[in-house]
Amino acid sequence: MRLRILDTGHSFGTKILFAVIRGISRRPVPDAAKLVSYRPDFYGRINFTHDTMRGSSAWSVGDRELMAAFVSKVNGCDFCVKAHGAVAERAYHDSAKVGMVLSDLEKAPIEEPLRATLRMLGKLTREHVVNADDMRAVLKVGVSREQIEDALAVCFAFNTTNRLADAFGFAILSREGFEAGAKYLLARGYR
Amino acid sequence: MPDRGHLYKALIARVLEGDGMAPRPARRAAFDNAELTQPLSTLVDKVARHAYKVTDEDIAAARTSGLSEDQIFEIVVCAAIGQAMRQYDAAHAALDAATKVTEKE
Repeated sequence: MRLRILDTGHSFGTKILFAVIRGISRRPVPDAAKLVSYRPDFYGRINFTHDTMRGSSAWSVGDRELMAAFVSKVNGCDFCVKAHGAVAERAYHDSAKVGMVLSDLEKAPIEEPLRATLRMLGKLTREHVVNADDMRAVLKVGVSREQIEDALAVCFAFNTTNRLADAFGFAILSREGFEAGAKYLLARGYR
Repeated sequence: MPDRGHLYKALIARVLEGDGMAPRPARRAAFDNAELTQPLSTLVDKVARHAYKVTDEDIAAARTSGLSEDQIFEIVVCAAIGQAMRQYDAAHAALDAATKVTEKE
């Protein structure tokens, strides 16, 4: 982590909580948790991520986690690809599918509505803009306006998080660390 | 999913106008990725356009210019949210344009 305050500048109560988490899990506290716990009145407390990733939506939790991993891949954010790829694998009970989407979207074994939505999110993330034709292509394969809005909310959350992870230099966890994180995020969400 | 516009408005109001250690105009400039001087303009532009290119040296340069870690934290958060919001707004405008035509058909 490039800012020392994000490692060790937390309030006394949060430091105690982190010590308990380290004691129980016998793993380091992930940098993502340290970020949202630092001065939560400034950034962490307005929790749009939980609502976006776990609130009601026509997209499954697995679909939304896959979108998060896919957007992170396009942004080149290794930490978030590994973290959310692992949640998607767990939610789908299918690691091969997630790996295929991340390596070749066009050939991956997924339904067309999800593929078209990921394609649009990929362009938005890569080029920072999409046009009406890009949206028509998604609507045309049966994705509703509300589903597109839900997908754009996932994209917003991870376009923010990816930038923070890379700018602050989140440390990559071990495979077991990401697995433990995925288990937690699937059970508890982002609160 | 319920309307989340109010969450975004609250988040943006908080980081731009709420209590913080970086001056509000600097937070606004980082959010807009505009009107910043070096070395902050390089750091903020990298966060906005390709955050994976941010280096230890970029953060060190911001620190050397006299900013505290808390100020750098706030500036980077504003830069990240600003770029994500611009993309979100652009996508919503495209969606509005597409659904208007679809409704007429």
